[in-house]
Amino acid sequence: MVKPCVHCGADCGSSPVVWEGKDFCCHGCKTVYQILNENQLGEYYQIQPMSGIRIDSGQPLKRFAFLDIEEIAHKLIDFKDGNISKIKFFIPAIHCASCIWLLEHLDTLHPGISYSTVNFPRKEVQITFKNDQITLRQLAELLTAIHYTPEITLDQLENKKISKANRNLLLKIGVASFSFMNIMMYSFPEYLPGGDLLEERFKNIFGWLSFILILPVVFFSANDYYLSAYKGLKHKIISIDLPITLGILALFFYSSYVVFSGRGIGYMDSLAGLLFFLLIGKWYQGKTYEALSFERDYKSYFPVAVTVMKDGEEEIIPIRDLKKGDRILIRNQELIPADATLVKGKGSIDYSFVTGEAMPVSKKINDFIYAGGRQAGSSIELVVEKAVEQSYLTQLWNQSNVKSESETLNNHINNISQYFTSAVLLIAFSASAYWATIDIKIAVYVFSSVLIIACPCALALTVPFTFGSTMRAFGRRGFYIKNTDVVEQLYRTTTIVFDKTGTITLNRKVEVGFQGEQLKDLETDLISNMVRHSSHPLSAALNDFLPEAEENFPENYEEIPGMGITGTVTGHRVTLGSEQFVTGIITDAPMKESRVYISIDGQQRGYYTFMNSYRKGLTELISDLKKKYKLHLISGDNDAEAGNLRELFGHESQLHFQQSPVEKKQYIQQLKKNKEKVLMIGDGLNDAGALSESQTGISIAENVFSFSPACDAILEASRFNRLGKFIAFTRSSFKVIRVSFFISLFYNIIGLSFAVTGKLSPLIAAILMPVSSITVVAFVTFSIGWLAHRKLRFDNE
Amino acid sequence: MEAVLFLIIIGVIVAGGFLAAFIWAVRNGQYDDDYSPSVRMLFDNKKQSEPEKEISESNNNNLKP
Repeated sequence: MVKPCVHCGADCGSSPVVWEGKDFCCHGCKTVYQILNENQLGEYYQIQPMSGIRIDSGQPLKRFAFLDIEEIAHKLIDFKDGNISKIKFFIPAIHCASCIWLLEHLDTLHPGISYSTVNFPRKEVQITFKNDQITLRQLAELLTAIHYTPEITLDQLENKKISKANRNLLLKIGVASFSFMNIMMYSFPEYLPGGDLLEERFKNIFGWLSFILILPVVFFSANDYYLSAYKGLKHKIISIDLPITLGILALFFYSSYVVFSGRGIGYMDSLAGLLFFLLIGKWYQGKTYEALSFERDYKSYFPVAVTVMKDGEEEIIPIRDLKKGDRILIRNQELIPADATLVKGKGSIDYSFVTGEAMPVSKKINDFIYAGGRQAGSSIELVVEKAVEQSYLTQLWNQSNVKSESETLNNHINNISQYFTSAVLLIAFSASAYWATIDIKIAVYVFSSVLIIACPCALALTVPFTFGSTMRAFGRRGFYIKNTDVVEQLYRTTTIVFDKTGTITLNRKVEVGFQGEQLKDLETDLISNMVRHSSHPLSAALNDFLPEAEENFPENYEEIPGMGITGTVTGHRVTLGSEQFVTGIITDAPMKESRVYISIDGQQRGYYTFMNSYRKGLTELISDLKKKYKLHLISGDNDAEAGNLRELFGHESQLHFQQSPVEKKQYIQQLKKNKEKVLMIGDGLNDAGALSESQTGISIAENVFSFSPACDAILEASRFNRLGKFIAFTRSSFKVIRVSFFISLFYNIIGLSFAVTGKLSPLIAAILMPVSSITVVAFVTFSIGWLAHRKLRFDNE
Repeated sequence: MEAVLFLIIIGVIVAGGFLAAFIWAVRNGQYDDDYSPSVRMLFDNKKQSEPEKEISESNNNNLKP
């Protein structure tokens, strides 16, 4: 029977940690439970059971000593007045109602905290605290103690961002709806039988009131459309906003003319309604995932401060102040922030995130180490060779990667709008030319009527609502796209480029196999006791793989770098390591995988093999994608797995190994030159250049709220095998758009037939425009919802 | 018919009041987070005290030597 942990809900396994009769999966979870229980915060577990956050014991605790530095604290704190400070922490772990409850009851945990407020969509908590009772560092450590570790990065320190763009759009919608509702009331009498009998005086008053109310709509709510139409023209593109602008202006000037000449209120209600619907569409499309960041660079990956050794004493300094020649101390799992030379200790640098090499690289004294790697093992000391900004990799990541504007503007809808606009102008001119021979007044009226009724409201709403719904359908299923343009880029994809390490393989997880005669339990216990004392990555992997053994300290234990380990456990001599070290034979043949040879009491027993483990469902995904797209693989790692991958990808795909980040980027550039639409999927900083160079850059992340390089979309690692379905779904989205275009074209033809014959009345406009908009919106949202339900239904949902 | 005129003026003023309230709410950031408040109101309010009051209280404390 599975026993879920009371704190986090994870399986407790066979030997749970028990406290007061309750089961926990680990000591970390138990500790949090104890803290909360002591402070009468047990309600945390009642709001949403088992909602706690688990922190794997393998992860080292984050250090917050740097928060004691005045300069850093000053930059982080939002507001400080005497004894009161306010700070906002970004806490990726926030995920449920219980989190909000606990984080808003922090004052119970520490008297120095006055109050705290959570912003759930941003995953932020704002805390007001008293400086004399709790320091910033203690605050961060308190949050970490209850497993809500705040994320503090260099990026946050340097530019504080507060986005308020969304508020502006809401204001515009509010103003438009206010005017729309009121003008509709004034227009109403005209639509009723006997409306003509309305006194002249009232017609005038209603007209003038409508004119006053429409002014904020035309000059405030609509100004984005004018700007966008103008921008399009400047780039010689007829965007969809151009016919919209023409329609708005025609409606406004014609209706104003009607009002000034005292004949009623014209089409003011249609104009306000049109903008109201258009802005709603914009708002729907503009949904953003606030807690996700698509724009990160190395600054969000680097630490804020680093430990420097000065005259034998440790001192923490902000990373900005790090100079050439400084001697820095890097502990286990800490990041090396600048190019440096190793001066003390044994380096075992994990570059998987930076270069794509799966296995940590060993470094000796006086070796040069590039910035960006993580030390795995005991502490090391280095001398900085270059300042942070001048380090090799930081310079690479800093290269500007702005997508050119014309590339994003030139999309599907704008192509259609070019034909649409020219057709409308042609109809308007020819119809008025015809009427000009009869009556010049009717000709002007017909000209403006055509522009009014052809205003592509329904057409303009189709794309925002289709893509907006698609984006939401993706988001609910673990695929977060930056904006709706990405849907179109996905649709156009012809080539898919994969990264290897961390993308198609799992980071920090290897598949261990054994070749040779089956070992007895007693023998694996001996090996387990040996590898426990070695910090070599293969030893660590083996330690994780082998069952837990009774602890016996090895005697005469010796570790020979680059070779292996040897020692005596309970009287048995055990030797592990390279083939040369254990068997004495040197083979020159290139190896397909990493091996650890075993000998016990002088007898060779075989070897363990270590292979990258591939993501679940990779085979099916690749064979599915292979049919429709050209596939490429570019890896920063060696070609040890080339054979397996060749089999998987097939012979038509191209596989490239040992590619530097620059080569990856150039590779994408080359593909683009061959007119390919490239989708790149990667995970690390080494892919950052390639991701931004490709049309669609998808970064894959175990935890979407933690660091991922700048990209267009973030895919939850657990949904990796669904990538093909997501891409295929964009084709359905485009089908929906095409059908919807026909619907709106149908309405336009009806409207135009009224307009060209000179029979368009405000009543017809007032009915036709909202009806067409509402049908189109309802059609696209329901079709996408239904299609997503059918085509994106995953087994685990 | 003067009544109609009168009602229309009242109508615009009332609607304008609501528009002003909406603008205030947006500027005040009430639309920035549309999830937490819905959850927050369900919590038993044991001791969350008024933010403004606390600030002024502690400010007063600062003034004392």
